[in-house]
Amino acid sequence: MLSDTALSAIWLTARLATVTTLLLFLIGTPIAWWLARTRSWLKAPVGAMVALPLVLPPTVIGFYLLVVMGPQGPIGQLTQALGLGVLPFTFWGLVVGSVLYSMPFVVQPLQNAFDAIGERPLEVAATLRAGPWDTFFSVVLPLARPGFITAGILGFAHTVGEFGVVLMIGGNIPDKTRVVSVQIYDHVEALEYAHAHWLAAGMLVFSFVVLLLLYVFNPNGRRR
Amino acid sequence: MKHLNWIPAFLFGLLTNLAAAEEIRIAVAANFAAPMEKIAVEFAKDTGHQAKLAFGSSGKFYAQIRNGAPFQVLLSADDETPARLEQEGMAVSGTRFTYAIGKLALWSSGEGVVDSKGEILKRGGYAHLAIANPKLAPYGAAAIEVLKKLALLDAVQPRLVQGENIAQTYQFVASGNAELGFVALSQITQDGKLNKGSAWMVPGHLHTPIRQDAVILANGKGHPAASALMNYLKSDKAQAVIRAYGYDI
Repeated sequence: MLSDTALSAIWLTARLATVTTLLLFLIGTPIAWWLARTRSWLKAPVGAMVALPLVLPPTVIGFYLLVVMGPQGPIGQLTQALGLGVLPFTFWGLVVGSVLYSMPFVVQPLQNAFDAIGERPLEVAATLRAGPWDTFFSVVLPLARPGFITAGILGFAHTVGEFGVVLMIGGNIPDKTRVVSVQIYDHVEALEYAHAHWLAAGMLVFSFVVLLLLYVFNPNGRRR
Repeated sequence: MKHLNWIPAFLFGLLTNLAAAEEIRIAVAANFAAPMEKIAVEFAKDTGHQAKLAFGSSGKFYAQIRNGAPFQVLLSADDETPARLEQEGMAVSGTRFTYAIGKLALWSSGEGVVDSKGEILKRGGYAHLAIANPKLAPYGAAAIEVLKKLALLDAVQPRLVQGENIAQTYQFVASGNAELGFVALSQITQDGKLNKGSAWMVPGHLHTPIRQDAVILANGKGHPAASALMNYLKSDKAQAVIRAYGYDI
């Protein structure tokens, strides 16, 4: 029922989503914290930037990434100067694309969680002589835990479901850039509907289970 | 209320327009997009029929047509899809014909990169060679045949990247992400000349001919504009356009 190529696509997709989610926590947490706390006029433009992938068609993101990361593009020139070559057609190219594409799904739940904490617990912590890092780890993290769970699940699931960006910059290379969604698309296009069904049904079940977990274990995280 | 007077007039105009225009929807293979746009303009001028074009891959069109897509004519990138649709009764039998024979080119967006004999394939010095997905696109399958005939397939395999269709393959090469790629000659020629970069016209004997067939779909049965279009594609005028884009007929 599942061929070797399907299994390798599943494994690749899992790796991509895991790496992307971890990186998004590292990058997204400070951005969300800043967005939740700042009074700068930059808050609106930065918030809009982060939310862009919600609105833009993935093909637009993929097309610009292809141009910007290509040998003539600014990022392409930089990666070449660093001796890394160019990013399209590589696993790390997909990671860069996925981080951008899934960014709002991690930043927004975190920002909501940080907003909900408010000033008071932080002030109390400060009067108890907690430093900023101590406050963050002992007060903010536990209070924002539902937000982190939501962000992690959504970031992971959204990366698994990514298609347009990968199609545009991946080049469909087995074990490197041929993820499950692309594999399904290939099967459908080649009229191999039976193969497509196995993977597509698997994807459907996976997505449902993920969202179910999200709603069962984190009912407050979704309430506004 | 006077300013609302134009509304009935507008609606009336819309309805009569819809009734008067003889309109057909045509599913067109992505590689044939540019010439077909030109032909459709001429077709409208000469016959008064409007041809609405949708571009895509033959596999997707097949699935859509099987599921009731409202196309009257299919201009496929291959000869298998129209034949299969005809067998399955989804196309009008006896209307199938080859409207163009595609040619393959090894192309780079850089000047002087590809020599006129394609020696660069053997010489190397490139990180990526783009082809269309051979499972889905006839131009991709032809590219694989060429590489096999030249006994280069094993050597270049690690450097192959696949576009989902021939348009995406072109994009990979045009953006410079792949130094080389097998594209349709029609994508890089205009008025019989190379648009940009450097190319090797792959000799026809290195792969089976890419016959692109047209067929009237079940939806277009007895539709005068559909048969008018089929005849128009066989006219000297249309064939001149097709040739100018680097196809054989």
